[in-house]
Formats: sequence, C-alpha cells, structure tokens
Amino acid sequence: MRVALFVTCLNDALYPGTGKAVVTLLERLGVEVEFPLDQTCCGQMHFNTGYRAACEPLVRGFAETFAPYDAVVVPSASCAGMARHFHPQVVAGGNASWRVSDVATRVYELSEFLVDVLEVTDVGAYYPHRVTYHPTCHSLRVLGVGDRPLRLLRAVRGLDLVELPEAEQCCGFGGTFAVKNADVSVAMGADKIAYVHETGAEVLTAADNSCLMHLGGMLSRLRTGVRTVHLAEILAATEEAGAA
Amino acid sequence: MTARDEILGRVRAALADVPGGSPDDEPVPRDYRRTHHDVDLVALFAERVADYRAVVRSVSADGLAAAIADELAGQRVVVPVDVPQTWTDGLDARRDEPPLSVEELDAVDAVLTGCALGIAETGTIVLDAGTAQGRRALTLVPDRHVCVVRADQVVADVPGAVAALDPVRPLTWISGPSATSDIELQRVEGVHGPRILIVLLVT
Amino acid sequence: MTATYLGMPAFPVAARAAVADTQLRRNLGHATATIRAKRAAVVGELDDWEELRLAGAAIKDRTLRHLDHYLEQLETSLTARGATVHWAVDAAAANAVVAEVAKAHGASEVVKIKSMATQEIGLNEALEAEGIAAYETDLAELIVQLGEDKPSHILVPAIHRNRAEIREIFLRAMPDAPQGLTDRPADLAAAARAHLRRRFLSARVAVSGANFAVAETGTLTIVESEGNGRMCLTLPEVLVCVVGIEKVLPTWQDLEVFLQLLPRSSTGERMNPYTSTWSGVTPGDGPREVHVILLDNGRTRALADTVGRQALRCIRCSACLNVCPVYERAGGHAYGSVYPGPIGAILTPLLGGLTGELENSLPYASTLCGACFEACPVRIDIPEVLLHLRSKAVTAKRHPAQDAAMRTAAVVMRSPRLWSRALRLAGVTGRLFRRGRIRRLPGPGAAWTDARDAPVPARESFRDWWTRTRGSGS
Repeated sequence: MRVALFVTCLNDALYPGTGKAVVTLLERLGVEVEFPLDQTCCGQMHFNTGYRAACEPLVRGFAETFAPYDAVVVPSASCAGMARHFHPQVVAGGNASWRVSDVATRVYELSEFLVDVLEVTDVGAYYPHRVTYHPTCHSLRVLGVGDRPLRLLRAVRGLDLVELPEAEQCCGFGGTFAVKNADVSVAMGADKIAYVHETGAEVLTAADNSCLMHLGGMLSRLRTGVRTVHLAEILAATEEAGAA
Repeated sequence: MTARDEILGRVRAALADVPGGSPDDEPVPRDYRRTHHDVDLVALFAERVADYRAVVRSVSADGLAAAIADELAGQRVVVPVDVPQTWTDGLDARRDEPPLSVEELDAVDAVLTGCALGIAETGTIVLDAGTAQGRRALTLVPDRHVCVVRADQVVADVPGAVAALDPVRPLTWISGPSATSDIELQRVEGVHGPRILIVLLVT
Repeated sequence: MTATYLGMPAFPVAARAAVADTQLRRNLGHATATIRAKRAAVVGELDDWEELRLAGAAIKDRTLRHLDHYLEQLETSLTARGATVHWAVDAAAANAVVAEVAKAHGASEVVKIKSMATQEIGLNEALEAEGIAAYETDLAELIVQLGEDKPSHILVPAIHRNRAEIREIFLRAMPDAPQGLTDRPADLAAAARAHLRRRFLSARVAVSGANFAVAETGTLTIVESEGNGRMCLTLPEVLVCVVGIEKVLPTWQDLEVFLQLLPRSSTGERMNPYTSTWSGVTPGDGPREVHVILLDNGRTRALADTVGRQALRCIRCSACLNVCPVYERAGGHAYGSVYPGPIGAILTPLLGGLTGELENSLPYASTLCGACFEACPVRIDIPEVLLHLRSKAVTAKRHPAQDAAMRTAAVVMRSPRLWSRALRLAGVTGRLFRRGRIRRLPGPGAAWTDARDAPVPARESFRDWWTRTRGSGS
C-alpha cells in the first residue's frame, strides 16, 4: 500500500511539528510514508469563502498529486472533509471529474486511517499529562469520525483523559469567520475555553490545528497555563521522544 | 395578466429544471411508525394529559353523571345542544340553542362537552364540532372546560387520529390548558382559552 | 418590501453590539439552552424521528417541485368550501387586499394572530397608513408591539426582554394595566389576558397566517399555545389569512407527519396546547367570511434557485436558532430581518437577493458547524445553502480587498514553486518574533490579534524539513 501524507497548507507553514509527528507515528507502525512535494492546498479557504472558480485548479492539482497513492493521510479533519466531500462537487460534470472523485475516496483523516485502515487503537504512545479533547465540527458532522480519536487517546499510557463539557459546540473558528465575525468568534471561543478550564486539563487537543490555533491563541493571550497540542503529536510521543 | 397568472407563471419558470410528470412519480418514504405504543393506551392517555397539568379523573360509565355534578356544582354551565340529559341533570346548565352571544359566553363559568377522540401518545383531545361538542367558541370563552372522553375514543397516535378525523369539520386539538413561555421561557398556564381543563375518562 | 429591516448594518457590525449586551447574552443563553434540552427530550422519545424527518423533507420537496399544481388544487378546494382566494405578487399587493377587506366591513381595527408572513410584508404599518389599527394578540408580539421594538426570535419574539422590562412596557403602554402590577410571569400574563380579552370579544376582523395549507381539502392549520389563535379564528365575523405559497401540503394525511415534527422541534413538547384546522366557512361556527391571500414576495425567486429552494421546506419551528452558537451570542436583531438565525441567513438573501450589504453579509454569519442541519425537522442542509450563497455573494457585490487577497493566494497555491517560496519568506519574517507568538498584527490581522495571539510562521516549513532530511524524492 502506497501511503502519502497531505500535510495541509496550514501545517506546512505554521505547524510542521504536526506533519513530523504523523511521519514518526506511521513509521513506528511500520508504514512507509511519502510526501509528494507537488502538494499545496486543498482549496478549502477559497471554497468556503465563495471563490469556487479559484478553487478548481487547486482541486485538480490535489487529485493529480495524489492519484498514484492508495491512501492519503491528512492530519486535519476539515481538509480531509474538503477533499472527500467537496472536491467532487467542485469539478462535477467537468473534465476528469472521475479522477477527482476517485482520489477523494482514498483520503483519510489521521484517526480514521489508524483505526479503520491500520486497525490499531494502541499506537504505543506515552504522554503523561491531563488532556481534554475537542471534537471539531468537521470531524463530528462532515466526516463522522465519532469516537475514534478518543479510543486512540484512551490507549495512550500515562495520559489522564478528561471529558470536555458541551464538547460538541463549535469553537468559533469557522475559517474566515474568525476575522470577518471576530466578535462572535471570540465569544464562542471564550465559552469553549471556560469549559476547558473546568476540566483542569493541561493540554487541549483536537484533530485540527485550525481550531487549536483559535483556541490556543486565546488560551495563550489570557495566560491560562493551558496549551494546545495536535492529536498526532500526542500519538507520536513515546518515553524516548516526548512531544510538546 | 392577473396576479394569479403572474405567480403561477413565475412558479413554472422557476421549476424549469424539474422534469414533467406527476407528483406521484416521486413517492414519499413513509417508514415512520403508525403508533409508538400499542398497549395500555387509556393509561398512557391519562398519564400524558396529566403531564400538561390538566386534571384527569377516571370514572365508570355509571359514575359519570355524579362526577360531572361533582366538578360543576354551583357553576353556570353551557353545553352543546346534543349533550345527553343524564350529564346535565342537577346542573345549572344552559344549552347552546339559540346560540349564546359572546357576552353571554363570557359570563358563564364552565363548558361541558364530549370529544371526537383522544390521542394517547401526546395526551391530546380533539373536538370536531360533532356529537356533544358544539361550535368552537363554546370551548374557548369559558374559563373551565370539562371534557368527557370514553376509553373507546382513545387512539394510539397522531397518524391514527388524522386518519379518523374529517378535515371538512373545524377541528380543535387540545393538549392541556392554554399556556405561554414567552416571558423568560417560564411556562405560565392560562393565557386565553380555558385555564382549567378537566378530563373525565370513562373506562 | 423584503424581509429585511431598512437601515440595518451588515451582520458583523450589528453582532458586535449584541455580543457586548450582557442582558441579551444572559437571556438568550438561558432560553436557547432550555429549549434545546426540552427538544432533545421529546425527540429522544421517538425512535422513528429520522424517518419522520425524511418523510417531512420528501413531502415538502414534492410540493415545491410541483408547486403550481398544488396551488391550483388549493385554490379549487378553498373556493369549493366557501373561501375567497386572492393572489399577491408582493407585500404591497397583499397589504392592499387586507386593507380592502377591513374597509369593506367598516372596520378601523383588526386583531392578529402571530404571523411571520404578515411581519415580512409590513402589514401593521401598511394598515396604519390606511387608518386601520392592527392589534397583536400573541403575548410576545404584544410585548414587542407595545415596546415599539422588533422581534428577535421566530418562536419567542420577546426573548430579548426580561420580566422587569416587560412590566415596565405594560405599565407604560397598556392603558388598562393594573396598578401594582408585579413582574411575576403569571401576573404579566394575566394582565395581557385581561387587556386582550376585551379586544377578542369585540373584534370583527381577524388576520392570521397559516402553518400549513392542505391542497386536497382546502384546510388551513394554526399551531399555537395561548389560545389567542382560537380567539381570532372563531369569534370575529371575517378572517383574512396571509399564506406564503410554500406553506402548501398535498394531502390531509401529510399532517400526520408535520403535527409530530413541529411541536417537538419548536417548543419541545409532545403537542402544543392548541391546534386549529378549518376548511373555508362553516355556517354557525366561526367567521362568515374567509379570505386567503396566497403570497409570493420573493418565494418564486427562492424556488428558482435549485440549491436554495430547499429553504422553502421551512416550517418555522426555530429549532435551528436554538442550536446555533452564533445566534445564541449575536441575537436575532443582528440578522436585520424578520427571519433570524440559520434559516434567516439563507432565506433572507434567497427571497431578496444578495446585492444589499446586509443580505450579502448573512451567508457569512456562520461557522458552518452543521448543528442546524442536525436539528432541522425537514432536513434543510443549511451549510450547503450557505456555501452556495457565498459563491453568489462574491459576484453579487465586489469586495476589492478580499478579492485581491484571494486572487493572490490562489496564484501562490496553484504553484508548488511559488508556495515553497512563500513559506520560506514567511519563515524569515517569523524569525523577527522570538517569543513564538505574535501579539499584534496590523490591518485586517488586527481582527485576529485583538483577542488572540497568532502563531509565528515556522522557521523551516514542513516541506523544507522533508527535503532536507529525506531528500527531494517523494
């Protein structure tokens, strides 16, 4: 099985540690990971803001880049959702839309890949911290990853997992919403971090660095002493190689 | 062009993408239940009516007249024309013929009726202006409504009720006394419509 | 007239003020949490809720796809039952019919049941201009009317008011309010009851909307709680019903689905206190004269949008409002329209277009979280319609700065080479920030850093790390 990593534009630029963690983790599990350098962006930002025409070349580029692979692993539920659900729509009826649809079926969010394809929940991780998990809206409602991330976290040695109250409420990021409607975005984030505070957790994790960027930005601004760590980085951590 | 023509024209233009043919070509999936419960319907009905803070009393057929007299003693009552005489013996009851004016209705303390059916699942009583029910204003203006429901009038659920009711008749579906939650979402009983609903369930 | 209120700013501007209104936040937070819990409880009782939703969506879709057929059938059925049917292309036409009927009966006042359609067309104001007073009889609408305010929620329009404010409004604007009126909800409701009872018992003309209009039988339906609906539907001599053309249902049987979906989705009850159905005129019972106005006012425009037309399935339950985290914090007024919340964000532009600044901002008043779609009893995929409307919004109005930024980003992202370079450039800039986070950004970035730290671009992007450590073969 040829496995490629789609690291996502956000992680490529701002959170390379998450990409490195995915590589570390998968290699530890015996999977050879390739990184086609042609990749750039899944087009979600343009699509969600209404610029569908601009999104099309990005979608085709994605399909062309990842066509040779059996599986594309993505450490972002929102990007995985964009590729699986919306890429076919963007090019529907157009040239080579069959290829886009075909590649879309082979895109996996990280926890889906681990649990469904590799069929593991214990990835041999060690992370001795109190952690709470935020199920992002894309993972919950678009992809339907369900409790896969929680099952993975529960198997991490040393990890004290506490449930986040009202976990299913949106954090308020919403892409460009975070700046176009900053007041409401921050109000939503404020309520979310209040719940995080209630858990007494040291670390807030999720399957998307976009949500973590928004919540983490508020947690840090308010000097709460809580930090955000992507799910991949927790799962990659071992006694020898601790994560953040 | 009349407004009718214009609107229908716009509708047809808007639906240019819909292939012609009959609406029946697209069947509606009706996989929902006809009933959610099918045992102890009368008990369920009583329980669900009481949930709305209506008063429910179970009585035998023989005990009905006494129960009515009990509930309506000392009150001025209006009844539909065709309510059984046994119900109104011993009551200060006025039949709605000739029909009472709105002012007269407003001066009455209570109204006594039967019903078309009861719905167990939702604790609902439906009046259809049929036997022993009268016109709609009768059960609206007085502050107290005593309603006789026979056990054999109780159906299980909403689909059964809709099937049994005649849409030509004006229908009033009653689920408890009137209420509002408009003030800070606190439920307050009795805004307009009878503030007191008493159901006499004849088993 | 469209559903939007004149002079309202774009959503982000209006929302900013609302977010800072502590009383509104408290009221709304409490209200929506309460209704959410109630709804979840009664929906949880039914193990066939999904099947009911699927049936509801299918019935509505069938109706919309053959709307001309069903409207004609409705007209025939209503007429056969003694009702008079009018067709109104827009708000002005509908208002004219209502005024004409009132005048024909020498009425200088009408009583009204809560109806979003009549709000949408600005009926009260139009009647007032004709010297006809329109009295709202729904408690919340009464509060809004006496307070000279605007409704903020589809189901509980006065949710932005607390009891103290309501008491104050009653004392100020209700001439017969009792001395020593307290602010206990029961006392306030009793004051409203007394005040309105007089109106009910003397009114000769009533105006309503309709929740459903059954084409097969000519039956209209009103779903309510207080009894003011029953008062207006049975006591006056004349009844005028303003019915949006999307309210049609094909058959009487179809009500078995909607009378389960609506009460559980709206007030979170197994059944609302009163539902009235009637078909035209019944001699000796209720109004002698029934007029039904079939209203377009933008609905055919929404119908023509093949993705957006699903919004016309809406049964006005407000379940989407109650689960929306944006609505919960911004409140209804921020949407600047008779229809607030998620459904408003799509319906308002579908009815009235995207060229207005307010309408153009509405599809962006959402994080696309999808909670509304989950709650909608007729499965309107609101996120799908929002995305669709966004793609139309960017061409309906120019947004020069945004357009330019998106164009630049697209050019860079289309080319792996340019993308790599951009990341390297960003990484260099990142070195200026030693602390690992950015506290302040200029220009549009300030919207982020006003309340959040921003991450620093990585010194070495992922791809550069890969190339450096693994070689450039992938």
